[in-house]
Amino acid sequence: MQSLLYRLNLDPVLLTAILGLGLCGMLLLYSASGGNMDIVTRQGIRFGMALLLMMAVAMLPPPVLYQWTPFVFFSIALMLLVVLVVGSSGKGAQRWLDIGILRFQPSEMMKIAMPMMISFYFAERRLPPNFRDVVIALLLVLGPTTIIFLQPDLGTALLISTAGLTVIFLAGIRWRTIILTLLGAIAALPVLWHFMHEYQRRRVETFMNPESDPLGAGYHIIQSKIALGSGAIYGKGWLNGTQTQLDFLPEQTTDFIFAVFGEEFGLWGVLLLFALYLLIVLRGFYIAWNAQDTYARLLAASITMIFFTYFFVNVGMVSGLLPVVGVPLPLISYGGSSMVTIMVGFGILMAINSEKRLLSK
Amino acid sequence: MRGVHSDFKDINQEQALFAARLLVLLVVVATMTGLLVWRMIDLQVIDSARYSELAKNNRVRISPLPPPRGLIYDRNGALIAENLPSFSLEITPSLAGNLGNTIQRLRKIIDISEEDIQKFNKLQRGRSSHRSTPLVVGLSETQVAKFHVNRREFPGVTIQARTRRNYPYGAVFSHVLGHVGRINTRDLERVDRANYRGTARLGKTGIERYYEEDLHGVTGFRSDEVNAQGKVIRALSQQPPSSGKSLILTIDLKLQQTAIEAMGDNTGAVVAIDPENGEILALVSLPSFDPNPFINGISSRDYALLRDNDQRPLFNRAVQGQYPPGSTIKMLTALAGLEAGTTTATKRMYAAGYYQIPNDPRKYRDWNRGGHGWVDLTDAIARSSDVYFYDLAYKTGIDRLAPMFRRFGLGSKTGVDLPGEAAGLVPSRAWKKKRYGKRWFPGETLISAIGQGYMLSTPLQLARMTACIAMKGDCPQPHLLRSRIPGGPATRFIENSGDKEIELANPLHWEQIIDAMEKVVTDPQGTGRRIKQGLKWRIAGKTGTSQVFGLKEDQEYDAATLQRHLRDHALFVGFAPIEKPSIALAVIVEHGGHGGVTAAPIARKIIDSWLERH
Repeated sequence: MQSLLYRLNLDPVLLTAILGLGLCGMLLLYSASGGNMDIVTRQGIRFGMALLLMMAVAMLPPPVLYQWTPFVFFSIALMLLVVLVVGSSGKGAQRWLDIGILRFQPSEMMKIAMPMMISFYFAERRLPPNFRDVVIALLLVLGPTTIIFLQPDLGTALLISTAGLTVIFLAGIRWRTIILTLLGAIAALPVLWHFMHEYQRRRVETFMNPESDPLGAGYHIIQSKIALGSGAIYGKGWLNGTQTQLDFLPEQTTDFIFAVFGEEFGLWGVLLLFALYLLIVLRGFYIAWNAQDTYARLLAASITMIFFTYFFVNVGMVSGLLPVVGVPLPLISYGGSSMVTIMVGFGILMAINSEKRLLSK
Repeated sequence: MRGVHSDFKDINQEQALFAARLLVLLVVVATMTGLLVWRMIDLQVIDSARYSELAKNNRVRISPLPPPRGLIYDRNGALIAENLPSFSLEITPSLAGNLGNTIQRLRKIIDISEEDIQKFNKLQRGRSSHRSTPLVVGLSETQVAKFHVNRREFPGVTIQARTRRNYPYGAVFSHVLGHVGRINTRDLERVDRANYRGTARLGKTGIERYYEEDLHGVTGFRSDEVNAQGKVIRALSQQPPSSGKSLILTIDLKLQQTAIEAMGDNTGAVVAIDPENGEILALVSLPSFDPNPFINGISSRDYALLRDNDQRPLFNRAVQGQYPPGSTIKMLTALAGLEAGTTTATKRMYAAGYYQIPNDPRKYRDWNRGGHGWVDLTDAIARSSDVYFYDLAYKTGIDRLAPMFRRFGLGSKTGVDLPGEAAGLVPSRAWKKKRYGKRWFPGETLISAIGQGYMLSTPLQLARMTACIAMKGDCPQPHLLRSRIPGGPATRFIENSGDKEIELANPLHWEQIIDAMEKVVTDPQGTGRRIKQGLKWRIAGKTGTSQVFGLKEDQEYDAATLQRHLRDHALFVGFAPIEKPSIALAVIVEHGGHGGVTAAPIARKIIDSWLERH
């Protein structure tokens, strides 16, 4: 068994945590969907396929990944542009690229391509980076982020900018520059507000005052807070959450599934779940710490940070700490596209982990 | 170790730097997780009693009440988009027990097809079992009654009364009204989600889409007290929805039907407007399609049949079709010449069978091989002499022609209240430089002056252009909305008024042009003479023939031997009565050959139909 995992480049710690969360997700889905076995089966199939994809990615040697990075990044950036231009005719958001049989979201793949590219950029440069390198890296982050923000997809824009900025931070950018940039960002907030879509603004406004919108996002926040709070320390038990079972919770199989968990399993369950997520994050950092070269190090750490951001933003929004931006709970929410991205990320982590192993032998 | 710059890198220092930064990140992660933990303790321990109380009393369920969609009428009050009552049989799986068994038992009292069941399973998938999902839509009254007798045997099964959009005239208005259809994710992003909670359909195309906001209305909601099983015990409060505004359009049902009838089996478009105020009286694009199947989601096979039909029934030719305007723009060329002083109303020239630019061997041919002999401006318009206008165009130049075309609205959208309008094209030197990187050739001026070459316009633009002439420069804004109800006093369409005044240096030029347009119909040699018989009013018109493909210099155009899809498009623009115009129109018959032969008689039927009633 051990040697099989070893030969497949699979890290037992990560794998255990992933399987744990996946299983947890399916139990939760069963409850959240009111016992709809169909949903659970489909999620199970999706999880299995994503797992296979992760195993395939884990077999890729990082040097190959490194070589392909610029190509991957710029082709996805190009696709983003195409989607933006083609989609500009309609009033609404356009995120999908439709090439006959295939329909996919380039912004989703950007979540992996972005940290790859910034890591690639710093890999062969002197670190800490000089001013010019930082500016170029920032531009590389800003380009795709802006396009995705214009789509408009606030959640994804947030995730990929986090990924890119993490790499820049890890590369050793000076603290002074960080503080100056932060101040600049705060100053730019009104400009951002100006460019936000009407519905995005309303979300922020609702966040400030949930009662103002009893049918929309405000209702979500009120109901999910009631679900979490009434779960108390020990929870109401699996399949026994009144908020969940009586259908008060909106989008309870997707973005708000954490509320179901909190209601039925209480604080103890929540802490256990947090522990599983933290285990993955710590393992990711450990892999980054031990990685063989700059590229692998930066990439591993930033992929881990994306995962953590997913977790933090989702739990934050369901518990009313952050505005509702539409980020799923990784590995648990019902849905496919983000699951694939996250599993590809884990595949890369495992590939990096086993390269270290090979070299240290 | 890979790469070439590695020599410059201090590996140890870099690793130490990375380690330090990773540590910072770890602290950040720990802090943020701490924040979440604190938040959860706050919710689940400190405030838990309050929230538990709220949950226990959370017996109040808020459900949306979708507003009835506004109706749409023609200008005389004929209902052209209505809401029909529709009963649907719905199942809430979590209350129904064994689903398969329930459906089997239901089948004994109500007809349920395999297709219904498949649709139901598909809808049910990915949806909470607490939600009620429709199984059969469009139940008859008898079926409803039958179910009600037996309803105690079917917990979780209900009959919902909803309304369904219906277009009683089917294909007659499909390109005006458009249609509604199921809301998809992309639609949700252009509307206010909260207001569409409970709404299943919205306007996908046409008026239904353009005035979606008016038609939809404001969703209300009601709160009900529910018991621990989720069943409604009593209604608490309710904020009724406010229904969508009904629209009265400028379109005339009778004229629309007359136009379609007159077009017969031809493909093409008709746009008729009231030149006085821009009200669109008829807007026809043929072939058309029945929009009703789209409402409940057209089957992909039927949709493919429409989409892949080489006559393109889904394409709205009237506002999206871009055709070379052909000779119908000769009036504008004439006006440009008159205003520039490169011709006068009385100046005569010998119009041969072809024209040559000085020092250029190329022959620009007239459609009439023998030419038209000695003609003045009036004759040139009436008989549609190409050579006369080649000469005029050569003397006037594209720099004075193109601005005149544009003043009449060609090359830009009219701003009509329909989605997806095309802008057409008026070429210029600057445009060609930008588009092709090439300079402008004098020959292209000649071709543009008779509405060929790069020139493109929509039937709607041509109708508006004709209205501009009819009103002697007082250009109206074409529009379809007459008023909203309720909306206070009949709100005229003034939102984005495109009314424009075209001022000529000499207003007499209007009279000269209109006089020539009358001769098109009345002159024994006029190209529109076929519709002269028994005219009860004075019609001003202009025929046009627009080339679908270019002929080589000495190639002959022979309609008889040419395949139909390569034959010329036939056009006619006109207005009547001349003294006090009340209708201006543009007719285009695809591959119809000569405008005077095919398009003019159609135009006359439409004009007659309108004027006989007004």
